[in-house]
Amino acid sequence: MRSRFVRQLSRLNKELIEMGALCELAIKTVSEALTNRDFELAETLYAIDEEIDQKERDIEALSLKLLLRQQPVAGDLRQISAALKMITDLERIGDQAEDIAEIIVHLTDKDDDLESELSGMANATMKMVTDSVDAYVKRDPELARAVMAADDVVDNYFSNIKKDLIDAIASDPESGEYALDILMIAKYYERIGDHAVNVAEWVVFSITGIHRTTEYEESMSE
Amino acid sequence: MNASDNHNNETIISTKDLCVWYDDFQALIDVSMEIPEKSITALIGPSGCGKSTFLRTLNRMNDLIDCAKTTGNVYYRGQDIFQSSMEVSELRRHIGMVFQKPNPFPMSVYDNIAYGPRTHGIKSRAKLDDIVERSLRNAAIWEEVRDKLRQNALGLSGGQQQRLCIARALAVQPDVLLMDEPTSALDPISTTKIEELILQLKENYTIIIVTHNMQQALRISDGTAFFLLGDLIEYGSTDVIFSTPSDKRTEDYITGRFG
Repeated sequence: MRSRFVRQLSRLNKELIEMGALCELAIKTVSEALTNRDFELAETLYAIDEEIDQKERDIEALSLKLLLRQQPVAGDLRQISAALKMITDLERIGDQAEDIAEIIVHLTDKDDDLESELSGMANATMKMVTDSVDAYVKRDPELARAVMAADDVVDNYFSNIKKDLIDAIASDPESGEYALDILMIAKYYERIGDHAVNVAEWVVFSITGIHRTTEYEESMSE
Repeated sequence: MNASDNHNNETIISTKDLCVWYDDFQALIDVSMEIPEKSITALIGPSGCGKSTFLRTLNRMNDLIDCAKTTGNVYYRGQDIFQSSMEVSELRRHIGMVFQKPNPFPMSVYDNIAYGPRTHGIKSRAKLDDIVERSLRNAAIWEEVRDKLRQNALGLSGGQQQRLCIARALAVQPDVLLMDEPTSALDPISTTKIEELILQLKENYTIIIVTHNMQQALRISDGTAFFLLGDLIEYGSTDVIFSTPSDKRTEDYITGRFG
């Protein structure tokens, strides 16, 4: 009786893994395009984002069909509702990678120190996204919690880059436009990290039934 | 076990270490459970898990089965129902029952409802008229049968017959209604009507319902108890049981992994 449902659930998982992989690809591509000032590569982000959007619609349709037809409860219900929440964040990650690509095309200057910092930040956020989707697939709440903790690393990158940019503007006011562009890019990476944290929170919910926000509210009301 | 995290109503029925045997077969094993009044409690579990036995024990319907033997306690409003001082017909007046298949008596709609009150000694025509109308109204079937009170109840539709049976149970002014899969023989519209009725009845009655329909348990019950092989595995608020059950066997059953 369940075998069909189990097949549909594994299809849902497969689609989510693919959407996660597309998000990783988006970050990796945009980071490479930035490092090498490869405008053509940056242009490919539009197509990747389009694919991510399509995946979101597919997963949404499949989830709604499963809710309607199988009327899932308990762990099954959590898995499907978590998927519905996760795809919203994954879709935003795709948008933000695309936003970065739009900036790259207009960049004029290049500061190697700053950009190596930025590339480190890109790697850190990419790992968060990879791990959050991995945690869902492996049903590993510890890995999901590690993603939440890793957000501090990304936030640190952001404040360091911000400090460096303030210094750069002070010593060379002409570099203001470039500095602002880099700040925007860093901010987008920082937001991608936040979305990965959201995904990780839903992963923990789908496994344990407890979402971090309710944990927090309960600890406040005690 | 109790489902008190769901509501704070007083306990109306409780069992302690309740065991029931049919000859050598043990159908219930040390079931201890507290049921709050004016609430709907769903009993779920695969066939043969003991949920119907549990239901039937609560108003001593199991006394009617020769080979059944019971140990442990069942308290109704604090009183042990197995005590010799307990009048069984009085107990069943307080704790009524509705069965899976509608079972109206082969007599008129009116006489079906008046049957119970008459056996309890009510003779006045005016009083009986009053009871019949009130019971039928409370069972949400008055408008449909008010012009058919003298017709044979067996001529009603299945859904109407089941509401008639609920009206018949209400006629003796019970406290608790035990329902054994009351909608499993009905179409979706009749089922919806009965479910709405059950929700209304909660205002004044305590309802304990055996159901194989998980969605029904979810739609109407406040508390859910999961039985397996005679054991009460998990009992708690319906929201919790169906979203984050604590026992893996509960999760496996409600998600259809067995049963």
